[in-house]
Amino acid sequence: MAANPHDAGTVHAGNHRHDSGEAHGTVNGYVTGFVLSAILTVIPFWLVINGTLGSPALTAIAVMALGVAQIVVQMVYFLHMNARSEGGWTLMAFVFTIIIIVIAIAGSMWVMHHLNTHMMPMTPEQAQSLP
Amino acid sequence: MNFDSDLQQLVFGRLTLEAIPLHEPIIIWTFAAVAVLGGAVLAAITRYRLWGYLWNEWFTSVDHKKIGIMYIILALVMFLRGLADAIMLRLHQAMASGGGEGYLNAHHYDQIFTAHGVIMIFFVAMPLVTGLMNYVMPLQIGARDVAFPFLNNFSFWMTTSGAVLVMASLFVGEFAQTGWLAYPPLSGIEASPWVGVDYYLWSLQIAGVGTTLSGINLIVTIVKMRCPGMKYMRMPVFTWTTLCTNILIVATFPILTAVLALLTLDRYVGTHFFTNDMGGSPMMYVNLIWIWGHPEVYILVLPAFGVYSEVVATYCGKRLFGYTSMVYATAAIMILSYLVWLHHFFTMGSGASVNTFFGITTMIISIPTGAKIFNWLFTMYKGRIRFEVPMMWTVGFMLTFVVGGMTGVLLAVPPADFVLHNSLFLVAHFHNTIIGGVVFGMFAGIVYWFPKAFGFRADPFWGKVSFWCWLVGFWVAFMPVYILGLMGVTRRISQFEDTSLHILFVAAAVGVSLIFIGTLAFVAQFAVGFLRRKAYADTTGDPWNGRTLEWAVSSPPPAYNFAFTLVVHGIDAWWDMKSRGYTRPLAGFRPVHMPKNTGMGVVLAGLSLVLGFALIWHIWWLAAVSLATLIAAAIAHTFNYSRDYYIPASEVAATEETRTRLLAGKVAS
Amino acid sequence: MTKHISPSDIQGAPVFFVTEDEGDHGHHETGTMLGFWVYLMSDCLIFASLFAVHAVLGRSYAGGPAPVDLFDLNQVLVSTAALLISSITYGFAVIAMQQGNKAGTLRWLAVTGVFGLAFLGLTIFEFYHLIHIGATPQVSAFLSSFFTLVGTHALHVAFGVIWLGVLLVQISQRGIGEANARRVMCLSMFWHFLDLVWVVVFSFVYLIGVL
Repeated sequence: MAANPHDAGTVHAGNHRHDSGEAHGTVNGYVTGFVLSAILTVIPFWLVINGTLGSPALTAIAVMALGVAQIVVQMVYFLHMNARSEGGWTLMAFVFTIIIIVIAIAGSMWVMHHLNTHMMPMTPEQAQSLP
Repeated sequence: MNFDSDLQQLVFGRLTLEAIPLHEPIIIWTFAAVAVLGGAVLAAITRYRLWGYLWNEWFTSVDHKKIGIMYIILALVMFLRGLADAIMLRLHQAMASGGGEGYLNAHHYDQIFTAHGVIMIFFVAMPLVTGLMNYVMPLQIGARDVAFPFLNNFSFWMTTSGAVLVMASLFVGEFAQTGWLAYPPLSGIEASPWVGVDYYLWSLQIAGVGTTLSGINLIVTIVKMRCPGMKYMRMPVFTWTTLCTNILIVATFPILTAVLALLTLDRYVGTHFFTNDMGGSPMMYVNLIWIWGHPEVYILVLPAFGVYSEVVATYCGKRLFGYTSMVYATAAIMILSYLVWLHHFFTMGSGASVNTFFGITTMIISIPTGAKIFNWLFTMYKGRIRFEVPMMWTVGFMLTFVVGGMTGVLLAVPPADFVLHNSLFLVAHFHNTIIGGVVFGMFAGIVYWFPKAFGFRADPFWGKVSFWCWLVGFWVAFMPVYILGLMGVTRRISQFEDTSLHILFVAAAVGVSLIFIGTLAFVAQFAVGFLRRKAYADTTGDPWNGRTLEWAVSSPPPAYNFAFTLVVHGIDAWWDMKSRGYTRPLAGFRPVHMPKNTGMGVVLAGLSLVLGFALIWHIWWLAAVSLATLIAAAIAHTFNYSRDYYIPASEVAATEETRTRLLAGKVAS
Repeated sequence: MTKHISPSDIQGAPVFFVTEDEGDHGHHETGTMLGFWVYLMSDCLIFASLFAVHAVLGRSYAGGPAPVDLFDLNQVLVSTAALLISSITYGFAVIAMQQGNKAGTLRWLAVTGVFGLAFLGLTIFEFYHLIHIGATPQVSAFLSSFFTLVGTHALHVAFGVIWLGVLLVQISQRGIGEANARRVMCLSMFWHFLDLVWVVVFSFVYLIGVL
């Protein structure tokens, strides 16, 4: 009825209808995600139960790395995360949340670690022998 | 006897007749006044048969405009309570610093300063901000409502339930005596065994649900419902600040929810998160709550910055100077506000490196704020400034807020903070930024958009009286507080030995009485405006020669806001339309698809209120029943699939015809 | 950035409004998926706060038991498997729904619910066992944090199971309409999100805890 509103100066910005770029899952996609997740779950359990890597620090790093890998796998195959869905807002919201989480967790650990070392000058052994 | 008391505990929990503070004459008189006034209001509503109107047109409404107005009314009512608390504190300190004892006992005094802080932040500033965003933002982006209209109604009633719970604590039981952030171990079960802290926790949790949901709602509205052509870099600055504020709300209120839940567990279950023993760490509470708390102050002030941007551009008749820098400054503040939280507790002892980092980030965050001030000043430069009331608030803000910002930078220096921490200097600083920034901004916004909401302007004389009383009152009230802080007076202390400071407390009390007069005048401008609504009527929908889309529709706007979807071609869309000869469409109206009203928001929030009350008083059966009913009601609501309807084209045409005649001046309002 | 569009930039007269077409389907609902995602992000921050608390207080045993004394990793592995399987069965439900297969959707959703209940049962069993041997939330900050973190996750799963039950009723009553399809997709995000959080829980709380 009305003339084409998308003249030279405008881009259709709001009122997205079917252009949300939302990916739909496939059986293959879910199965791939499932198998990868299963592998990425079994390995860390195996590492910890058998103590294969020896050093706890090394094991902890491996567990965390595998955890991150599994999160990425599930984001891609189960939650169908991509840069296009909802005009990029899904990914942007996720990245922003990750930034806030990192700030909050790393910041808290840093701040509280400094507090504890300054306020309670004792070794872990001393601390363990406290009543 | 023993059986009786067991039974009583089973039925009423901790609630006994002793919970009603009959021994406090001040509270009894307050109660009497509230009962008389409230009874009169209820009687009047009944007398004039307004219950049906209120329920159908307002309480159950999903119209963002009505919800916005209800938020602001809630905020103004709660503001009177918070201001009454402030006056009581100032009066007591003026009396108790001259060698007298004052008139408040320590228990009561502690509750008042806690309630003052909690109410002013959570139940005044937050609803003001949310209400204004709710009312204005959808109009500015050319939308017909928010993304989730029912959720909007529910959010409002959850906020109201929280407010009701705080008010109930005045007459049933007690409120927290801990300060507005309820630090443990003082707020722990050993130091605060009774219901005060529980009132605090549950009222904030209930209101917090509403705030978070409303944040999600407004974000999605901006992302999804802008009219064609409204690209991000064409959105009005108020809409931009709304977006950033709501992102902050969604990304910080969960942290508050979590930390308050942990404190609740400490109090109810006996866990050891924030206790001194068994491995708990009270400082972890302080750390977490400020990760929420610092972004919170930007949640409050960013929308105010948005209001100033709109007001300055409108009353100077110029487009805003540095639109892009304004947007980037807002976004930068949004991110940086997460990196400064430790400046609230430099003194906790985490050492030089930590304090240095947070001191520097705090100084950095003042830079984008400063950039904004320059943008407003450059907008005014060579503008044809009209000193209407909103513009006066804005100029008052710039003069006042800059001082607050500078004392903030001063406090950001950790060694200085060690001297000033928890002193009245700090109290003066944050009142300087919150009154000078948030309150002035919200008042400017309310007066600015008042004709849009009601179809007539507020009375400018009383508006100016209000502005001058507030401005002068603020300086008279808080400059002495700065000085007292430098003299070493700590906050939250009810008695003073040093009578040489008496005169400063008296000056502060004089200041607060000016603020009180200013508040009365603020209300009076609307009352007088209403009485002279014929003379002040706004028939054009654009009383200030505005620049953004909310001025494109009638005042008040029709329920559907825009009969046709507008198309935007640049920043300051309405200005652009006016300057290029936009003509209103007069025919071809279509039915408008709108959401239906629902009473479910009131029901769910009411059940939450009962649940909160039951949990506070340990009435476990009532808590279980109300929780079960709440879940059942929420599930039942999901079985309602018919939530929308169409306004028929004939009705749209009739509404638009009325406006056409109004614009042609054929009908007196 | 301040490039002003003058009328001469535009061919012909500017268009300031459009009439929407008849196919306007509930403009206020198109944001549901994004809104739900934003809600999940906020929920994520609740968990992040709990993880931050666990990171700081998770080694404060106060002389009480440590993770290595308490956790049965085999059982955790079984819980993890239950939740992971429920993720893929939910995926199959979504695929069935997108094919318009109502019976398949209901069947896979029911299977998902069974695995969800199995996970909940295991968590309740673990909590019961810990409380039974005296490792209650009141013993130490570590145990407070453990119970709260894992309990919050379990509460979310319980909520998801209730929601699943409601959806089963709604789909069998009304079929897969637009509204129900949207709800299935929202619960799908919720369900996968809980699996994601569980990955962090078993890595960070259980595995790194016992090291």
